[in-house]
This record gives sequence, C-alpha cells and structure tokens, in this order.
Amino acid sequence: MSHDNSSPKFLQHHFHDVEQQYETAKLGMWAFILTEVLTFGGLFVAYVVYRSWYPEMFVGANLLLDVNKGLLNTIVLITSSLTMVLAVWAIQKKNQKLSLFMLIATFLFAFMFLGIKYLEYSHKFEVGQLPGEYYSYMGPEIAHLNNPHIFFSIYFIMTGLHGLHVAIGMGLIAWLIYATAKGNLNSEYYTPMEMIGIFWHLVDLIWIYLFPLFYLI
Amino acid sequence: MAENQKQNYLTHPKGIMSWLLTLDHKRIGLMYLFGGIAFFFLGGVLALGMRLELAAPGNDFVSNDTYNNMYTLHGAIMIFLFIIPAIPGALGNILLPLMLGAKDVAFPRLNLASFYIYTVGALFVMYTIISGGVDTGWTFYTPYSTTSTSNVIPMTMGIFVIGFSSILTGLNFIATIHKMRIPGLTWYKLPLFVWALYGTSLVQITATPVIAITMVLLILERLLGIGIFDPALGGDPVLYQHFFWFYSHPAVYIMILPAFGIISEIIPVHSRKKVWGYKFIAFSTLSIAFIGFLVWGHHMFTSGQSVFSQIVFSFITYFVGIPTGVKIFSWMLTMYKGQVSFTPPMLYALSFLFLFTIGGLTGIFLGAVALDIHLHDTYFVVAHFHYVMQGGTIIAFLGGLHHWWPKSMGTMYNQTVANICCLGVFLGFNGTFFPQFLLGLRGMPRRYATYDQQYAELHNYSSFWSGILGLSIFISIMNLLWSLRKNNKLDPGTNPWGGMTLEWTHTTSPPHPHNFEEEPVLEHGPYDYDKVIVEPTFKK
Repeated sequence: MSHDNSSPKFLQHHFHDVEQQYETAKLGMWAFILTEVLTFGGLFVAYVVYRSWYPEMFVGANLLLDVNKGLLNTIVLITSSLTMVLAVWAIQKKNQKLSLFMLIATFLFAFMFLGIKYLEYSHKFEVGQLPGEYYSYMGPEIAHLNNPHIFFSIYFIMTGLHGLHVAIGMGLIAWLIYATAKGNLNSEYYTPMEMIGIFWHLVDLIWIYLFPLFYLI
Repeated sequence: MAENQKQNYLTHPKGIMSWLLTLDHKRIGLMYLFGGIAFFFLGGVLALGMRLELAAPGNDFVSNDTYNNMYTLHGAIMIFLFIIPAIPGALGNILLPLMLGAKDVAFPRLNLASFYIYTVGALFVMYTIISGGVDTGWTFYTPYSTTSTSNVIPMTMGIFVIGFSSILTGLNFIATIHKMRIPGLTWYKLPLFVWALYGTSLVQITATPVIAITMVLLILERLLGIGIFDPALGGDPVLYQHFFWFYSHPAVYIMILPAFGIISEIIPVHSRKKVWGYKFIAFSTLSIAFIGFLVWGHHMFTSGQSVFSQIVFSFITYFVGIPTGVKIFSWMLTMYKGQVSFTPPMLYALSFLFLFTIGGLTGIFLGAVALDIHLHDTYFVVAHFHYVMQGGTIIAFLGGLHHWWPKSMGTMYNQTVANICCLGVFLGFNGTFFPQFLLGLRGMPRRYATYDQQYAELHNYSSFWSGILGLSIFISIMNLLWSLRKNNKLDPGTNPWGGMTLEWTHTTSPPHPHNFEEEPVLEHGPYDYDKVIVEPTFKK
C-alpha cells in the first residue's frame, strides 16, 4: 500500500501493481465493448424486423447503394485494423518509430474511410435517397416498391452511428500518436494503445456486418 | 499519527473545488445522494399535487393538461433521476470500495464523469419542466410521443444522457468488484450488498444501451420522420414498446436488486445472526438479473402480440417469483432465533419484507394474461408498481440510509424520531396504495385527473394517507440532516450496530480520505456472528 519511489509514475495510487491496473483496464474495456454491441444490437433488430416486413423492398433498395465504394471501404477498414495491431506489436517490441508510423497509417485509413463515405452520402443527398420524410427518389428501379424510405432511414442511422464511431476513433488515435511521439507510451506502458485498439477492431467488426447487410443481400 | 486519525474524507481536503473535482468515491457518492434526494423531493411534491387533485372527483385544482404533465414528470423524475441512480450512485459508491478493502473504485475519473453526465441529464429534465413540460407518460409510447406537441425531445434527450451515467457506473462497479478486492476476499466472502451491486451493474451495462438507441430513434422520428415507429410511414409503433420494455423491464431490477442488497446487510447485522443461505441469496440475485431479460412482453399483453408470445412471456414471468421467494425466505430464516433489535434500519427492513411481499404477490396477478387484460392500465398496476418500487426500493433506501448514516457522516440521528417516522411511512404507504388495488379492481383507469363518483371514497382515503406518507418521509430526512448540527460528532471508532463487514471493522466513521490507514487484513466472513463477537459500540 505504500507509495515507495520504485513504483512507476503511470501506476495510479489506488492500484497495488501494474498488473492489477492493466487487468482492470482490460476488463473495463471489454464491458464497454459489450455496451457497444448492445447499442448496435437494437439497430440490427430494427433491420431484421423491417427486412422481414418488406423483403422485396430491401432487395430492391440495396441495389441503389454503390457496392464498389462499399467494398473499397471494407478493405480500407480491415487494413486499418491490421495497422492498429502492428502498432501495438511494434511498441511491445520497443520499436516506437514503427509504432508511430503504424498509428499514423491507421489514422489516414480512417480518414480515407470517412472520405469515401462522404462521397457516397453526398450522392445520396443529390438524388434524394434520404431517410424518412426527406426521401424523394423515384427512379424506375424502385418505383414499384413500398416504403423505400425505411431502408434509407436504417441505412443512414446505422452507417451514421458507425461513422460517428470512426470519427471518435480518429480522435483517440490522434491522441495515441501524440502520446507515443512524446514517449508517454512505451514498451513498459502501452495500455491505452491496446484498449483503443480493441475499440478500433470493434468499429471494424461492425462494418464487416453492415457491408453485406446493406450492400450485398 | 494522532493528527492523521482526525482526518476524514468530509473535512480533508477543504474547499469547494476539492468537492467539485474530487475523485474520492465517497464524496462522489455524497453528491449523488444529495442530488438524488433533491429529485426525490421534487417527484414527491408532484405526487402530492396529484393526490390533492384526486381527492375529489372533478377538476378541482389543475387542468387535465397540467395533470398529464404532472404524472409524466413524477414518473420520469422518480425513476430516472432518483431511484435508478440513488442506490448504486450514492450508497453503492460510498460503500463498495470500503466493503472490498480498496482505496477507490477501479476508474475514479470515470466515476466523477458519470456524476457530471447525470447532472447534464438532470439539466435537460429541468429545461423540460420550465419550458412547459411533457405529457406522454414516462413510457413515451409511440405514436402519441411522435405527435405530441409537448417537449418530448429535451426529456428523452435527458434520459439518453442519464443512460450513459448509468452505464459508466455499472462498468466501473463490475471492474471494481472483479479486480479491486483485497487478497483473501473471495467471491463467497463478499458482503451480499456487493453481489447485489454486481447483478445491478450487469443489467445496467446490458440493458441501458438499448434504451439509449431507442431514445435516439424516437428523437429522429420526431425530427426527420424516419418512419420506424410511425404507422403512417410504414413503421411499427409496437416495435417501440418492445425496445422500451427490453430496457425498462430489466430496469426494474436495476431498481430493486440494490434494495435486496441493503436488506441482506441490515437483517443479519440487526439480528446478530449469520445470514441464512448466503449462496442462495447471492445466486438468486444473478438469476433475477438473467430472467429479467426474458419477460418484457408481459407489459404488452394488450398490444396485439400473438397468443403464443403471451403464453411464453406469462410463463417465464412466473420464474422470477422463484429466486425472489428464495430471498424472502432466507431473510426470514436469518431473523429466526436471532437477537432482533428494533432499530430504525431494522424497522425499515421489516416494512420492506411486508410491503415487497404484497408487491410481489400482486405481480403474480398481473403476470396472468387473462387477469392482466382486465387490470391493464388500471390503478391495480399503479398500486402494484408502487408497492414494489416505493414499498420495496425506497423503503430499503431509507433503511440503508439510516444504517450507514453514522458510518458515512459520523453522526447519529434521533432514533426515536426515526422509528416514529418509519411507522408513519409504513402506515401512510399502505393507506395510500392499498385502496388503489381496490380502485383498480373496480375499473378505475390510471392517468385521469377526474373520475366517476363511485371511486370518490377510496380516492379520498388514498389522498389523506398520502399526506401522512409525505410528511413522514420529509421528517425522517430532516431528522437525518439535523444530526449534522455542530458538536454532535460520534467517536471515530463507533460501530453502532456491530457490523462485521470491512467498512465497520477496519475504518473510522466517517472514513479516512484513503478509506483505510493501511490495507485491511480479512479476519472473518461478513456475517460470522456464530464465530466472532463484534459488540456494538456507541460513543460521542
């Protein structure tokens, strides 16, 4: 319990040792991931309910999405997950420079993802493929279908919430870049990088579900 | 050393900023406590206003619109701003690390953040009130909530925000219970209040995200007409009910499980007897938390769900009765042949056993599909709910407050006044809500400001006793606060009830700023009254 000088400065006063602090952070993070899964879970339920109500409309409306851009985004995000893992691996191996490089790459991939998403969204805005009451697109491929606005409501809410997570993730990764560059994160103490990494994989994983549900089936 | 012993978390460090930016779980707990009590008062005033209106059949004091606002705000404030945060946020925060022998919760900064998120949510609710209120009822059922012209958005926004505070508290407690225990404090040596907080936290982190996203969908439905809950746009209003109750049924266990935990602490201590069926009580907590997720459909028997779902939900609902019954019997067996002393906390615990049992048994009526279709949306539901929530949770909260007041504040209230108030609460509560069972059976619907002459006598009776109830609660809180006057300090070594858990045996009253002078060493289990003698000590 004593605060002797041998304890490292990143050890907070209410923990016994570094291991307890690390294990606690990890457990807390996984509990947080669980809440994220349930948040998106509610929306997945909404997706399933309306898909079963309007199966033909869902099949018809997904043809209006740009599969190529969706696929490209999937590849971008999976790659960013890989660079994130490599960043953690590099810092464990005491290679701070490589870790920093990988973090910057992750950040840029995230930026690219949002950029592609922006192109997709702005096209939808132009043609009026918008949620709910704002929906106005009446192209021939969709004219015979009921309630396509519901498809776009769910599409925009789910990808929008996911995009918000990407943006928050970018903020967190930017902080990691700063902390790693300053040397606050190193092979002794890299818990925040690992935790934000877990968050980033979740963001990636959710997209891996969103992509086939909206673009492919 | 002598100087060090005089330090306690209330006086050290000093200054307003040391409170507002504190990372000390005990101070955060106290801020939750006073915030919660303020909203308890506000919700209570609204309730008494409603009872005043209902004392006679006509529109005597308020218009129908005002009345709609009053019951909505009463429900939303009591549930989201008082009951859900009060026990985990206040008593849980103050006690959990002490009971584990820890210096603090796992994530102290997150703990403070969660208090401020609660405050922001509360500001949204305050804004709703001053800008004209909201009239949908605390359940915000669509399609009315998507078309009502009242302030649905700020209110639901407030609930969305408060949800985050609840999630973060739950997450923090789970990590704390898993990782912050002192060596030797194994799961089966934990005080039962900790088990209760663990069950509560599990429900908080798994159910609350769903209400958060539901509130977002409701807000988007109003802002953008997304059509998910609006039948005119091809959506399904019943889906809203599923989403809402998927959270709000487990949420009643967020509200009642900590109360069970408090009762499990009070009864053995004040009976001077080892708790009967420790593992039964611990695991019944977890099974209630689990079963609670599978019964939400029993709120929707009249929503047009299929007969098959009605039967399934009704059937699973009865399972909740098993672990709950296990708890009640375990508490009774704990008292059997014990040295029961009729202190204020114990009187509240006994009231709890009586009132919660009535609440639980009338829940069986409502779980039966045929009866529920008759009783749905009547005063029977109102009475059942209040027997469980007020007769259960709030009574347990008051009991816990009286039990741990000397520990957390270092002062002792007037016990005679507290006992009289407890009796007043018990009588006033039954006088207020028992007639409502009869009103409901005779068909009086809930949420009306006016009613037929045939209900007048029972309503009048209920209103009269609600005055006694309100006054008794008010005096009991004042009695607690009055103990804080000058020169009323207890000796720091006081253990007035002879409690055996770490917060009583290993730290001062009020506790040291870092909880313990040195890390406690576990000498016995939490309720080993058969093995060790811990005498109650009470010194000024």
